[in-house]
Amino acid sequence: MEYVDPLTGFRVDGRRPNEMRKLKGEVGVVARADGSALFEMGNTRVIAAVYGPREVQNKGQQVNSKEALVRCEYRMAEFSTGDRRRKPKGDRRSTEISLVIRQTMEASILTHLMPRSQIDIFVQVLQADGGTRSACINAATLALADAGIPMRDIVTSCSAGYLCSTPLLDLNYLEDSAGGADVTVGILAKMDKVTLLQMDAKLAMDTFENVMGLAIEGCKAIATYIREVLLENTKRLECQRG
Amino acid sequence: MLQSKSFVKKTKQGRIQKVVREHYLRDDIYCGFVPCSACDAAAERKLVADAAAILVVDTNVVLHQIDLLENPAIEDVVLLSVVLDEVKNKNLAVFNRIKALCTNKARRFYVFANEQHRDTYVKDMVGESSNDRNDRAIRVAAHWYQSHLGESVKVLLITNDRDNKRKAIEEGLNAETVESYVRSLAQPGLLDLVVVPTSGDVTMEDVEDHRPSKRKVIYSEHKPMSEITSGLRCGIYHQGKLRVNRYNPFEAYVGSESIGDEIVIRGRSNMNRAFDGDIVAVELLPQDQWHESKSFIADDDEEEEEEEDVHLVPNSADDAPRNASSTQSSVGSSAPSVSSRPVGRVVGIIKRNWNSYCGSLQPMPMPAGSGGVAHALFVSKDRRIPKIRIQTRQLENLVNKRIVVAVDSWGVLSRYPSGHYVRTIGDIGDKETETEVVLIENDINTRPFSTQVLACLPPLPWTLSQEDLANPNRQDLRHVRVFSVDPPGCRDIDDALHCTLLPNGNFEVGVHIADVTNFVHPGTPLDEEAAQRGTSVYLVGQRIDMLPKPLTEDVCSLRADVERLAFSVIWEMTPDADIISTRYTKSVIKSCAAMSYVEAQARMDDSRLVDPLTVDLRNLNSLAKIMRQRRCDRGALTLASAEVKFEIDSETHDPLDIGIYQIREANQMIEEFMLAANISVAEKILKHFPLCSLLRRHPSPTKEMLEPLLRTASSIGLNLDVSSSKALAESLDNAKSNDPYFNKLIRILATRCMTQAVYFCSGDLTFSEYYHYGLAASLYTHFTSPIRRYADVVVHRLLAAALEIAKLPPIFQDGPQLTGIADNLNYRHRNAQMASRASVELHTLIYFRTRPTDTEARIVKVKANGFIVFVPKFGIEGPIHLTPKGDKGGDWVVDEVHQRVTKPGTNISYAVLQTVRIHMEVVEPQPHRPKLQLTLI
Ligand SMILES: [Zn+2]
Repeated sequence: MEYVDPLTGFRVDGRRPNEMRKLKGEVGVVARADGSALFEMGNTRVIAAVYGPREVQNKGQQVNSKEALVRCEYRMAEFSTGDRRRKPKGDRRSTEISLVIRQTMEASILTHLMPRSQIDIFVQVLQADGGTRSACINAATLALADAGIPMRDIVTSCSAGYLCSTPLLDLNYLEDSAGGADVTVGILAKMDKVTLLQMDAKLAMDTFENVMGLAIEGCKAIATYIREVLLENTKRLECQRG
Repeated sequence: MLQSKSFVKKTKQGRIQKVVREHYLRDDIYCGFVPCSACDAAAERKLVADAAAILVVDTNVVLHQIDLLENPAIEDVVLLSVVLDEVKNKNLAVFNRIKALCTNKARRFYVFANEQHRDTYVKDMVGESSNDRNDRAIRVAAHWYQSHLGESVKVLLITNDRDNKRKAIEEGLNAETVESYVRSLAQPGLLDLVVVPTSGDVTMEDVEDHRPSKRKVIYSEHKPMSEITSGLRCGIYHQGKLRVNRYNPFEAYVGSESIGDEIVIRGRSNMNRAFDGDIVAVELLPQDQWHESKSFIADDDEEEEEEEDVHLVPNSADDAPRNASSTQSSVGSSAPSVSSRPVGRVVGIIKRNWNSYCGSLQPMPMPAGSGGVAHALFVSKDRRIPKIRIQTRQLENLVNKRIVVAVDSWGVLSRYPSGHYVRTIGDIGDKETETEVVLIENDINTRPFSTQVLACLPPLPWTLSQEDLANPNRQDLRHVRVFSVDPPGCRDIDDALHCTLLPNGNFEVGVHIADVTNFVHPGTPLDEEAAQRGTSVYLVGQRIDMLPKPLTEDVCSLRADVERLAFSVIWEMTPDADIISTRYTKSVIKSCAAMSYVEAQARMDDSRLVDPLTVDLRNLNSLAKIMRQRRCDRGALTLASAEVKFEIDSETHDPLDIGIYQIREANQMIEEFMLAANISVAEKILKHFPLCSLLRRHPSPTKEMLEPLLRTASSIGLNLDVSSSKALAESLDNAKSNDPYFNKLIRILATRCMTQAVYFCSGDLTFSEYYHYGLAASLYTHFTSPIRRYADVVVHRLLAAALEIAKLPPIFQDGPQLTGIADNLNYRHRNAQMASRASVELHTLIYFRTRPTDTEARIVKVKANGFIVFVPKFGIEGPIHLTPKGDKGGDWVVDEVHQRVTKPGTNISYAVLQTVRIHMEVVEPQPHRPKLQLTLI
């Protein structure tokens, strides 16, 4: 199948190779949580809720009392994919993604400012259409910001792939399942530091650099958007206060 | 802007799933009209419409009228993405042609992504078929163009769909059918390109046969697709690609995986309108009908039966007539022999392989009152293709021309398919025209290299750089006495050698091959072009290069006295030619002499010469002789072919003289070292890349393939042991008689029973299948001619990667793509050979046109009404008739077992391998249709 039309240069869904899907971010969607956010990348929709910082519930888990303990739980809603299949809780994929999100977020949270406390991040995929990992990280960033948790920088994530000899930004499910390479990158936007890099196929070195460069561009664009969302939200709060 | 597309689909597991996909609509798609000021200034623009209108075409126009669209008279065409998508789904070949038009900078074909445009995207309506929806999308796009460009520019929708045209006109659009539009251009010749719709009530079917009694159903209807699918599933039908016998167009074969054997299809009615290369569904006939009978020709009756022409001696079984029926020969032998091979008939066509074909019109009386539409029969040069009916308004211009015709349809009522004229190549018999026909028929790309390709060349003139010398992976061998030996006048020198006596009494022998991959980098336009061409093509007096001339004749060519980059295989050998060590390296060489075979041979033969170069040659030669003997002892076959050489007039380019290419010891010496280098490289690359090496194998001939050889041999009392290549090689060596030419003749007959060697990807086969039968080598590849064969380029890259001096290009990780490359190389290689043969045949004909000749010939096969002779002096063979054509061989008696014809009551008889004197002359049985005729003196 041709994932990039050789004549028009458009992808299957009408985007150009270096275009991202439509983004949507909203904070404060779960009233009970300390911070929460909804994040959409095209048809991929993710909700994140943050509790904390609060007292460590299970002292056994605390490794270092000088730093806050970050925990993360990732789940896919059973209705999030087309097929009606039961996914057992705590399967290997979920465990792995939970770990990835936790490590990525930990890298930006100023944990040393919150000793003897814990932060819980819950992420749930409501609708999956490729790029769920990235959407989860972006949602978590928004939710953490909403909860007022001190962070070094905004962490954002975006994926890029390589199909039909073309680097493609932000793969949707169709493109993702084409079997080409899929590079997921997470960065600290202002500091220009890569904190997450995953790839599940082989790529030639120079191709890989192009694909990764594209993903980083995507991350930066998302960071700009997330800043706008947060700014909007702050303005709204200001207005409410009067 | 965003649209959601949702639809249901069935998953592989059979569940029904609802799929929702995003569909982005955009406002940055432009109209492509050059004078337009509304669109972005930087946007690509192609449409001019200075003369007439901007044309919007529908799917069927592209699918059926592609020859018309390709004609330069048609310009300013808008191709909508909805149309392109439909074309791609329905016919990939047409899609590739329209794609080529759209990307051709010289043509004004503009792609408009209407499905992505905010204003031209149409939503599916409830109850609307996808056809109707797409027609509507086309009309909406045409509207957009009209309103976007304003009234000053005419936008014209071209469609043959009556309903669509009516709706368009109702909606205020300009719309016309293809024919009426072409008529309005007032170029009568152009109308021949228009495919007349066959579904309508008009047409060809009515007029095609002037005899009303002949209006009968000739073929059975094809089964509907649903029936074929279920038939295939339950094993009643078998699917496969139909291959028509090149030498007997009434016989075809379908390789079926479900049966694991070839199914034979006999006769046009059983072939049921299938073309060579079609994917067909076949039904087996009851077993009692599997025997051969002559009856199958009966239903094809009349003029069609053609006879064998004079042609070049086949070099392999792939060139030779299939043996299944050929021994039963053309006429007379009616004894049915029971065949063990399944016989079937075509019940449906799964995928058509219709193409355009080169040929000429069957001579016919000029109809009275010219200018009107005439119906003519087109005869393809490719005998596998049936005659094709066409209609033309320019008959008088076409009768004695080579033309290209495309097929459109073939109904059950019509003996022949219908098609349309595409273009004229030139006069029949004219050398340039016939050469172009050869090139077109064999799908050989003769276009000049594009600027993108030429941009990949190194700056010229090229000289050795310090960088190359400083490269630690490149050994400086400029001090070594390297030389090359090639055919006279060779300008693309691939290979050079050296041979140095070492202090320990051993020899260091090096084979140095042009380092083409130093200049041709993977993935560049230059590389892609070379991969596509696959090989250089050698015609008589003409060469079509795989790589641009600066590379083939200068930068890569290992000419004398210049520094060149090479890829070297260097052995240490004992004086008994045992290889002690092998090493491989990139190198810099400076050849001291570029000799021809004749020169090299003369040096070796001249005992007075003792200069170092001559001594090297003699040393190499004695090593080569030992290697050759050893190879023959292993069972390598020494096959014989009769390669013809022309001497060409430098001004007229007509052949002046013709003769058999003489093979000297010097040729064999070079060949021996090339074989050794290829084998050494094959071992090295396979060791490092067991799954993705490109190798070359030669399948062992089956008993059935050797049948004709055995039959001829036994008829003269010669026993051949074919149980292995070694046994066969020995019996060929022992085939001697007091006739000095006898052994060569037997070898020539053996050669034509073998298939050709083929390239393959090592991951696709098991080790035992890698065997090269002809060379008796367990491994073989091509490394020594990268200037003119792409396989060698691939192998150079593998070897460089195996030596860790270069990365393996990513393509080698893609098994199917590698197999695709091997398949293409086999196809190109085969075509190049066919083209060379056809070119030689053409020049043979031209040579004898003015030179009727008497010569000696050998009978190679006896037939009912004559025999086939081989003419050793000119490397051709052809039929000799003992009785005039039409007279079915009455008074001659054929003895099949002893391959002998006798005239009863006399002592005149002819037997296989007998020498006869013949007369060769070019005759014109029909005007402008010259052919070489052989007659007995
Ligand atoms: Zn415009």
